[in-house]
Amino acid sequence: MDVAFIIETIAKIVVILLIFSALAGLGTYFERKVLAFMQRRLGPMHVGPFGLLQVAADGIKLFTKEDIIPQNVVKPIFKIAPIITAATAFMASAAIPFWPQFTVFGYTVHPIVADINVGILYVLAIMAIGLYGPLLGGMASANKWSLISAARSAAIFISYEVITGLALLAPLMMVGSLSLIDINNYQAGGITHWIVWSQPVAFVLFWIAAFAETGRTPFHLVANDHEIIDGFGTEYSGMRWGMFFIGEYANMFFISFVISIVFLGGFGDGTIAGAIQLLLKVSFFFFFFLWTRAAWPDIRPDQLMWLCWKVLMPIAVLNVVGTGIVMMF
Amino acid sequence: MFEAIAFYLFAALTIVMFTITVMTSQALYALTAMAAGMIFISAFFFLLGADFLGVIQIIVYTGAVMALYAFGMMFFDTTRNVVEKGTNPQIVFVLGVLAAVMVVTIFVAPIVSNNIQALYPIQENIGNSQAVGMVLFTKYLVPFELAAVMLLVAMIGGIVLAGKKMDKSLTLMKEEEIGGLDEGFEPEAGGH
Repeated sequence: MDVAFIIETIAKIVVILLIFSALAGLGTYFERKVLAFMQRRLGPMHVGPFGLLQVAADGIKLFTKEDIIPQNVVKPIFKIAPIITAATAFMASAAIPFWPQFTVFGYTVHPIVADINVGILYVLAIMAIGLYGPLLGGMASANKWSLISAARSAAIFISYEVITGLALLAPLMMVGSLSLIDINNYQAGGITHWIVWSQPVAFVLFWIAAFAETGRTPFHLVANDHEIIDGFGTEYSGMRWGMFFIGEYANMFFISFVISIVFLGGFGDGTIAGAIQLLLKVSFFFFFFLWTRAAWPDIRPDQLMWLCWKVLMPIAVLNVVGTGIVMMF
Repeated sequence: MFEAIAFYLFAALTIVMFTITVMTSQALYALTAMAAGMIFISAFFFLLGADFLGVIQIIVYTGAVMALYAFGMMFFDTTRNVVEKGTNPQIVFVLGVLAAVMVVTIFVAPIVSNNIQALYPIQENIGNSQAVGMVLFTKYLVPFELAAVMLLVAMIGGIVLAGKKMDKSLTLMKEEEIGGLDEGFEPEAGGH
C-alpha cells in the first residue's frame, strides 16, 4: 500500500479527532451561553474572557476527579460503556466529507477519511451503535433510574431507527447512490437543486429522528433530570461521565453535517463559498439543537412511541411510495 | 499485509466474543459479547470488498441484539449471575459431538472445495448495492417476496397479540382505573 496514502489517512484521522473533540468541549460552552441568553441569564462568565476558559476548567475538573466504580455494578461493562459512545461517534465521521477537496502545494487533499460507496448507511449504522453506550451503562449500573434509562434508550433506538431509514430512502431513490459525495454532487447545481425542495417531508422526518438519535430535548428521555436523575449517567463520575458528553456533542455535529449534505446541498460545487456555506448550515443545525432545548419541554415516553409508530412511520412509508410512483411515471 | 493483520485480528476477536457468549453465566456479558461479535463479523465483509453487506450486518444485528437486551432486562437481574439448573448430561454429550463434527467440517471444507467459483463476482463498474439489488430482484425474487410475506405475517401477529386496549393510555389513567382494567384483561371477561 502507498506510504503517502497511509500517512495522509492517519493525519486526517488525527485532525478530525482533535477538531471535533475540541468542538465537543466548546459545544458545551455554546450550549450554556445560548440557553443563558434565551433564559435571560449570563451563563459562564467568570473564567477567562466571556467565560471561554470555562471549557478548560470543566476539562481539568473531569480529568482529575476520582474514577468511582460503585460496588454492585458489572465492572467491565460499566467501564466500557462510555468508551463505546465516544468511540463510535468518531468512527461514524470516517465517511463524512467535511469540506470539498482542495490543493495544498500541488497535493490534492480529500477531507474524507474513507469514501466508501455506502457512506450514508455506514454513518447511520455506526451512530446507531453509539446508543449501546447509554444502554450498557444503564444496565450495568445497579441503579433503578439507570435501568429505566437503559430501557428507554433501547425503545428509542428500535423505533427511531425505522424513521431514519425510511426518511432517507426517498432521497436516496432520487440520487441512486449511497455515497455522501455523490449525494452532494447531485445537488451541485445551486440552491434550486437542493433535495429539500423535492423531499420536504423526508427532510422534516429525518430532522425529527435526528433529535431522537442524539437524545436531545424534546426527546431527552434517556437522562431526563426531573424523573430519572441523570439516567444512565447517575452512577458515573469524572472522565467516564465526560466521555458520554463528548460522544453526544460529537454526534450532534456529525448528524448536522449529514442533514446539511443530504438535504441542503452540502458544499455545493466545491468552491470556497460552498465550503463556508456548509459550515454555516452545520452551525444552524447545531444551534437549532440548543434552541429547542431552551424552548421546548420534554415529552413522555408513550408520547414518543405514539409519535414514532402512529404518525411518523405512516408518513415516511407514504413518502417512499409517493416518490416511487413519481419516479416511475 | 494490512488485510492479513486485519483478518487475523478480527477472526480472533470474533471467536473470543462468541466464546464469552457461550461460556458466561452473566446475561449482560453474553449479550454484549454477542453484539460485539456480530459487529466484528462485518469486518470480514469489508475486507472482501462487500461494503454494503458489511454495513447491513451492523445495522441488522445492532437492532436485533438490542431487542434481546430488552428481553434480558425483563427476565433477569442483569447485574447478577444466572444460576442454571443441572442439565441433562446426555444432551450435553450429543450437542458436544455435533459441535465437534461441525468444526471439523468447517476446517476441512476449504480443502475439498478448492475449485469454488463466485457466482456473482464483484464488478468494477457496478456498485455493491446495485449488484445485490439485481440478484435479489431477478434470481432470488421468490424467496425474497416469501420472506417479505412471512415478516408481514409476523408483524400482524405481533400487533394482534399485543394490541389489545392499545387505544387506552396507562400513563394518563388513575390507579383505580388501571385496577379495573386488569380485571377486564381476563380472557373470559374481555371476550377477545
